[in-house]
Amino acid sequence: MQELLTLSLAEISRKLQQREISAVELTEIMLTHISTVEPKVQAFITPTPELAREMAREAQARLDAGERTPLLGVPIALKDNLCTKGVRTTCASRILHNFVPPYDATAVRRLRELGAVFLGKLNMDEFAMGSSTEYSAFHITRNPWDLERVPGGSSGGSAAAVAAHMAYATLGSDTGGSIRQPAAFCGVVGLKPTYGRVSRYGLIAYASSLDQIGPITKTVEDCAIMLNAIAGKDPLDATSVDLPVPDFREALVEDIKGIRLGMPKEFFGQGVQPEVAEVVRKAVGLLESVGAEVQEVSLPMAEQSLAIYYILAPAECSSNLARYDGVRYGLRVGAEKGHIGMMEATRAAGFGKEVIQRIIIGTYALSSGYYDAFYLKAQKGRTLLRQQFDAVFQQVDALVCPTTPTPAFKIGELVDDPLAMKLADVLTIPVNLAGLPGLSVPCGFVNGLPVGLQIIGKPFDEMTVLRIGYAWEQLACLHDELKIPTGLRTAPN
Amino acid sequence: MAITLEQMRHTAKLARLELSDEQLTELMHHINALMAHFERLQALPLDDIEPTSHSIPVYNAFREDVIGETLPREEALANAPEARDGLFIVPRIVEE
Repeated sequence: MQELLTLSLAEISRKLQQREISAVELTEIMLTHISTVEPKVQAFITPTPELAREMAREAQARLDAGERTPLLGVPIALKDNLCTKGVRTTCASRILHNFVPPYDATAVRRLRELGAVFLGKLNMDEFAMGSSTEYSAFHITRNPWDLERVPGGSSGGSAAAVAAHMAYATLGSDTGGSIRQPAAFCGVVGLKPTYGRVSRYGLIAYASSLDQIGPITKTVEDCAIMLNAIAGKDPLDATSVDLPVPDFREALVEDIKGIRLGMPKEFFGQGVQPEVAEVVRKAVGLLESVGAEVQEVSLPMAEQSLAIYYILAPAECSSNLARYDGVRYGLRVGAEKGHIGMMEATRAAGFGKEVIQRIIIGTYALSSGYYDAFYLKAQKGRTLLRQQFDAVFQQVDALVCPTTPTPAFKIGELVDDPLAMKLADVLTIPVNLAGLPGLSVPCGFVNGLPVGLQIIGKPFDEMTVLRIGYAWEQLACLHDELKIPTGLRTAPN
Repeated sequence: MAITLEQMRHTAKLARLELSDEQLTELMHHINALMAHFERLQALPLDDIEPTSHSIPVYNAFREDVIGETLPREEALANAPEARDGLFIVPRIVEE
């Protein structure tokens, strides 16, 4: 693999700015690399090589004119639930198999304006519902560390593409862990920003009170660069928050002396593979040795999070997905059955099993007679959980724990087990319910598979989260080990 | 509080999903396995707790009432399975 491909976004950006390589050359190298690796990994649903070439030419013209910004000419890729003007956006669903958005998501538009080069749209679990990318209606994606294992999900394509150096960065979305969990499984960095930090306009909705767009990158520095590009109030998303957006690169200082870290004991307990907990404990120990103050804390409600989530998220999904009715866009089946029959036939044919399951749960939980028992109880439980986080954040600046209970599992291993697959998100879901920022950074290996360290911050305190992540990254020195994933290493002759 | 096949049929109708009894039965087993996990919520002392619908303290987001950009009609119709004369076409709703 060419050295150029394994560079970070920040490093390749410097090379573009210093004219050591042109955006057009870089894009060609990238496209050639993708054509070699993609048959193994299958991270993309819709590659856009021609668009990439055109965007690279435009970026190079801006570079030639003297513009110097960090994303100009850098090849990136996007999860396929982010609307891209003129480029098919499927949500990995048959129901949107032919949908070509007439507009860009705000986060996409910002990256476009900053001159990033779009390589294509990435695979995911259908409508972002899943933890392995096996629920894509089109094909599975393989983990670059072990091609027999899943990349995680739902942003599995986004994480696998970065790990396999098929993009310098990607955007994903995270409703219950869908950025952080695949980032952990693939040995890359993933950030779910605070709810409201990044506009959701043009992100195809799953659960609107939980969804958030965020970057998946090779380094914490790259993550800060991407967050700088997409953060901030957007008049097109009423839930985006009008708070000042700092330059997140200012968080990149190695010093974490005096930072108070909490280890929530529930996140190291039952269900977490002991080897995973051990790797994370060692990492926290190392952070302590350079001046962080570590204490154990408790968030008892975290253990209820899965139950709360699997009422609230399906409830919101059943409402959001009501729009797929075969009338305005997407699939239409059974037009001869009358308008109701057409909708029923279209939706049954267009949605996969997992999506149908969540629509049914959500519809049931919101239906007359069950609302109080399920939906209202879950919303109240959510309040309690948030109160416990608020109380813990009186004592500590951030929380540290594993991102996932286990490393990547095997393809097919959990696909038919209704509960086991969902347990993969048990450590990330509480963060979405409370609306907090959460970062996953590579932390070490268990049986040759990457393990993620999750850093959870106070609302809108991505600065502290990135600062701890950066400090850890510098201490851990995993760069060489992480460079070429084992599934892509060529066997010695 | 297990869901029955009758409730599954009713819920599928509410959700506008044309599913066979066979499909509904398989789904029902999956859903009931999950619901068993939800049972634990029933035991929580939640009577005096306010519900949280979303995590940020934003309740109303007002803006000036001015006309902004809108999607041109052709673009709005471009993805429609069937469109004619600037309109979405649906199966007949009113009988002659």
